[in-house]
Amino acid sequence: MGFEDTALLSRILTMMTLSFHILYATIGVGVPLMIMIAQWVGIKKKDDHYILLARRWARGFVITVAVGVVTGTAIGLQLSLLWPNFMQLAGNVIALPLFMEVFAFFFEAIFLGIYLYTWDRFEDQRKHLLLLIPVALGAAASSVFITIVNSFMNAPQGFDLVNGELINVSPLLAMFSPAVPTKVAHVMSTAFMTSAFVLASIAALRILQGSTHVYHKKALLMTMKLGLVFSVATALIGDFSGKYLAEYQPEKLAAAEWHFETEDEARLILFGVLDGQEPKYAIEIPYALSILAHGLPDAEVTGLNEFPEDEIPPLWIHYLFDTMVTIGMWLAFFSFVYVVAAWRKWPIITKKWFRWLTVATGPLALIAIEAGWWFTEVGRQPWILRGYMKTSEAATTSGQVDLMIILFAGLYFILGVGTIVVLSRMYKRNPVEKELAQRQKADKGGDPE
Amino acid sequence: MTLEIIGVSVLWLFLFLYVIVASIDFGAGFFNAYSAFTNKQHILTNIIQRYLSPVWEVTNVFFVFFFVGIIGFFPQTAFYYGTTLLVPASLALILLAIRGSYYAFATYGARINHRGYIYMYGLSGLLLPASLSPVLAMSEGGFIKMNGGEPYLDYWALFTSPLMWSIVVLSITAVLYISAVFLTWYAHKAGDLKATELIRKYALVWAGPAIVTATGIIFELRSHNPEHYSRILDLWWMFAISFLLFCGTVYLIWKKKNYGLAFILLVGQFFTAFFAYGVSHYPYLLYPYLTIYDGFTNESMAIALIIAFIAGLGLLLPSLYLLFRLFLFDKDYVKGKSDYHA
Repeated sequence: MGFEDTALLSRILTMMTLSFHILYATIGVGVPLMIMIAQWVGIKKKDDHYILLARRWARGFVITVAVGVVTGTAIGLQLSLLWPNFMQLAGNVIALPLFMEVFAFFFEAIFLGIYLYTWDRFEDQRKHLLLLIPVALGAAASSVFITIVNSFMNAPQGFDLVNGELINVSPLLAMFSPAVPTKVAHVMSTAFMTSAFVLASIAALRILQGSTHVYHKKALLMTMKLGLVFSVATALIGDFSGKYLAEYQPEKLAAAEWHFETEDEARLILFGVLDGQEPKYAIEIPYALSILAHGLPDAEVTGLNEFPEDEIPPLWIHYLFDTMVTIGMWLAFFSFVYVVAAWRKWPIITKKWFRWLTVATGPLALIAIEAGWWFTEVGRQPWILRGYMKTSEAATTSGQVDLMIILFAGLYFILGVGTIVVLSRMYKRNPVEKELAQRQKADKGGDPE
Repeated sequence: MTLEIIGVSVLWLFLFLYVIVASIDFGAGFFNAYSAFTNKQHILTNIIQRYLSPVWEVTNVFFVFFFVGIIGFFPQTAFYYGTTLLVPASLALILLAIRGSYYAFATYGARINHRGYIYMYGLSGLLLPASLSPVLAMSEGGFIKMNGGEPYLDYWALFTSPLMWSIVVLSITAVLYISAVFLTWYAHKAGDLKATELIRKYALVWAGPAIVTATGIIFELRSHNPEHYSRILDLWWMFAISFLLFCGTVYLIWKKKNYGLAFILLVGQFFTAFFAYGVSHYPYLLYPYLTIYDGFTNESMAIALIIAFIAGLGLLLPSLYLLFRLFLFDKDYVKGKSDYHA
């Protein structure tokens, strides 16, 4: 009994840490690219607004990175503290990407420090922009390596387990599991998408608050365009992820889709409630599940009936999947409308309700990130290492996990509130109008606008 | 040289680097808080922020490197130390969070320079070594015990152990000493006479306690872990070199000569002592349960990790050089003549 309990408590603490960390991690991976694009556009167009945009984003970014470093250190250590049995096994097989992640982050941290403290130190802006490349690469590489570890948990390979002994370990084979291509691509594209929408939200909010400066309009249009590109990419990659699941983790897909019996011409069920095995009040799209799973309307999709009862993930992941997909679709659609409207100069774009919808894109994208990670983690249950180790066998036996949950809940609460307070205070004290005026004063004879 | 030795040496080296860079960071925070308390804050704050703000994240990575690396090279440590360290490591995480958030919220952000925050930040610098260093005591055996095949930490034995408390005191005094010697040099480079003089005093004050507690620990090991103690005695010459280097540092600081060399000698002192301790600890990762041989990962993983390490180092060393050139050896930056923060 006590054993089961610590497993549950450990899951709660891990869930808390990861749910909090993923927000900062997503922004940490995505925003460097946004800063890079803004600074590059600024240099190309010789437009000071974009350069200032990059600079102001960088100031906020450093705060989220600092908090992300803290929560990232927490999850890194908690993996061993809460799941010692898993880490003992995983350490033997998948330690390589974990190790490489540290180097990637090392690299990122060094250049981030340099980038931040060398604004205006170079005559040539392009040299300063160069310093951002290792930051963006390091951030992207760390997310790739961590996602590789997560892929391994979903589709383990590269070792044999014989009588509890690990043999024939191949670190490279373990790194390149079948889950890697879709997972890595999905994590990257959603990080870029989410960062673009979060930045768009901020710009839209400033405009709604009455700021009329063209700076915000430039920021908003640029981020919405980027949001469109990456949300479309995400949708395409999402389709591939469905095909991956159908092939390698059919029980996860079947649970997400409430697909109980193996059958061809399978329908896709959106939302609804479950009555026994019969979905009610759901939106049903004929053939769509077969297309998602195998690309053909008459393809056969494996159902939950093929799996032993105790190896089926909880069925409520259906809602997580639906939340993620619905938000993703909406963001792609909305940003498309926005970009077209901006291009055709439709007046709808300046309507208040439309602005509010624009503000909503950032928070929605963050919710989709949470739903997506919850889906993939809960959808892997009861396994921590699919097919090899169950989550309940992996947990610590320490009796103090409950206390730590309270401790960390307090910590994350303070960090979360602190981030919001500090960011909003920082930008309020130094609004862009004020900063632009100062810059014009500073270099008279320059060419503002 | 076996793979086991290479692995453990790499980890020990990074732990050493963490001890040095983190001590500078922790101690600086404490001195900053102390000077705020005695209303001399204006003297130190500038120096501390110029150096620490750009590099603290890098400091933190050394720590992450160590605990990720040890799981990689010695996965069994997760089994023994993972469960037993839940509470101390979680406390350390909270303290690290206080430090990280201080940089995020107080120095980068809206500059919340509330006194309470400065004190908390300063205090965390002392509590962190106090929460991390007991692991060294635990590795000496007698505190981690087995119950039905599962390890647990005997808190009573740990908290009543003079060895544990000596190690805690050593970690704190060492933090303050290392930090003061480094900051004396840095303040001197910055041409800040007042700050140099103040921190130089701190360095001299903490030199004595640091060396006394370090010696005390060796004698406590005699009763706690005789096997380890006898191996330490075999390596007496390394500790002797370390002591000579210590004398050199104190002499230079005392005579106000060549602070740069003083800091280099200090690094040498800690390096020899740290490695002498590490070598005498060999082959145990945890007395008496785990040695580097039975806790080692498989051969293919070990080779992969070492290759990754070499490749990573090739990337890292030039970047670290660049970082230090800009923030440590750039005269204009150190002196505060130029400020290019975003």
